[in-house]
Amino acid sequence: MTLLKEFILPRFAQWLIVIFVGVTITFIIPRLSPVNPVNEALARVQMYQNIDPEAVQIMRATLLDLYGLEGSVLEQYINFWKRVLKGDLGPSLASFPMSVNQLIGVSIGWTIGLLGTSILIAWTLGVTLGSLAGYYPNRWWSEGLEKSLITVYPVPYYILAFVLLMAFTFYLPIFPLIGGARGTAALTWEYISSVLYHGFLPALSIVIGATAHRFIMAKALTTTEKSSDYVQYAQMAALPERKILFFYVTRNTLLPQVTDLSLSLGALFGGALIAEFVFGYPGIGTTMYTAINNGDYNAIMGITLLSIVGIATASLLIDLIYPLIDPRVRYR
Amino acid sequence: MANDVLRATIRDLFRFSLSFRFGSIILMIVGILLLLSFFSPFESDDRRVVPRNKPPSQEFILGTTGNGQDGFWLLTFAIRNTLMVSGLAVLIGRSIAVMLGMITGYLGGKTDRVISSIVDSIIVIPRLPLLILIAAILRGEMTVLSLALLLGVLDWAHPSKRYRAMILSLREREFTHTAIFSGMNALKVVVQEHLPFLIPLLLADAVAGFLWAIGMEVTLSVLGLSDLSAPSIGTLIFWGNYHHALLRRRVWILAAPIAASVLMVVGFYLVSLSLSEYLDPRTRLSRLTVGEQIDGGKAG
Repeated sequence: MTLLKEFILPRFAQWLIVIFVGVTITFIIPRLSPVNPVNEALARVQMYQNIDPEAVQIMRATLLDLYGLEGSVLEQYINFWKRVLKGDLGPSLASFPMSVNQLIGVSIGWTIGLLGTSILIAWTLGVTLGSLAGYYPNRWWSEGLEKSLITVYPVPYYILAFVLLMAFTFYLPIFPLIGGARGTAALTWEYISSVLYHGFLPALSIVIGATAHRFIMAKALTTTEKSSDYVQYAQMAALPERKILFFYVTRNTLLPQVTDLSLSLGALFGGALIAEFVFGYPGIGTTMYTAINNGDYNAIMGITLLSIVGIATASLLIDLIYPLIDPRVRYR
Repeated sequence: MANDVLRATIRDLFRFSLSFRFGSIILMIVGILLLLSFFSPFESDDRRVVPRNKPPSQEFILGTTGNGQDGFWLLTFAIRNTLMVSGLAVLIGRSIAVMLGMITGYLGGKTDRVISSIVDSIIVIPRLPLLILIAAILRGEMTVLSLALLLGVLDWAHPSKRYRAMILSLREREFTHTAIFSGMNALKVVVQEHLPFLIPLLLADAVAGFLWAIGMEVTLSVLGLSDLSAPSIGTLIFWGNYHHALLRRRVWILAAPIAASVLMVVGFYLVSLSLSEYLDPRTRLSRLTVGEQIDGGKAG
């Protein structure tokens, strides 16, 4: 019971605060803006045609209603919450009859698949390589690996993705320029392999960046852990090196790695957005890019809101794994 | 005195850290490029002043753009603007972070719990979609300054936690009690006694801020969400893509800003790496023994 009270409940409360802060921020930001979205939308409609002023008035009223801009700010805020709790993100402006929910529904699966796979690969790769490099710091491969990852790590996600795009779709055209897949969705080898083929470069760009981050952290943690007494004892007891490293040292470094993963999810998600629009991968990132180009505020707002809730939930779930790997939390 | 400490630190770093030597040389090159922008023969918004779309040659080291701008001088302006945006963003973000860290770390108790839980929830919020939302709403009214302000306002949560931890430990030290008993008020204790201890951490941490801000500047510009008329690393890439530089085989237009951004971030990162290594008490200990041996050798 103490586990529930001391670990799960506070974490859950934190989750609620994140959602509250996130929803409030996405509510406030558009209302602080000097640009009135209703006037913008009306201007766009009237740009190419003459419309009867009365019809414009009716349209204005409809748009105000759609945007939830009627009534006092407090009423708007309450209505906003009601809509969010119902899971309704409003209509898309650019592709009007479609709702933002539908827009997101089409692309969210791609993003979750891409991001989930790359995080899993990058985390495992980073922890393994980092532990090895931290345990054997003076070998040629560990020094080479460290130097190259240190050079890659600070490079902005966009630059990394763009250089990969230039290299592997233009100069060495071995990968397709457009992401997604060929053919219709089906559980055939042909379709699945085309998904993997089209997703390879965007995944690679996320994996490189994320692995570098994980590697640097894993190496630092392993170096500290290696100087502990129990490691020296295990070495004196002539336990196999592989066993000392992966069953004792790495196991102890996993805890901060899990916490850090849940904290860095937001940045990873940002990286996925960038990778998607660079490689034309049909996920949330590309939807957002289209929305930016079309001035579709509602879609951008919906995606922002959804990503805040999604990332907060994912990081809550990761934190709830924590007791599984840390017996001290479990048996408190 | 503070000056002497700084000079000694830099000398030590130069002597003992390879990454500091490399990093500072790269940053010096970047700094020279930045300074050169003030001596540019063209204004940053001059167009059609040189022949268009010329590949790199002796006359135009980095080629010319489709608008008839000299690639090299344009790049110096871009470096200046990008560094200005990220520098200002770092300044704003770290000021907020230091203030919050001091308040939560020093006061503790209920204030600490409330502010810390808010900070913890803000850390989880993905910043890129939020940035895109704000920038999209302000589109067309975005200036170099407002971009810096925006980036700064979004980058304080992580550092403030680190500063809080530092102040928390400083608060329990002897000299804090001495300061309080000798009648200093809280503000004075924090600013005069604790801030100096924060400065090295702040330096290493500012670099992390630079890296993030440069990355976000590039991303927002490439999305067309920043001030596109001002040359920056991101807007150079944006216009390069806009004019299909890659498909038309005018790679120099894209290569220059990409190379400059990589140079910049790697330089910053190497310096910060050597700084945090320098701050690590374990490596400092080994360095001290090395220093003593050298001094001892001289005495003997």
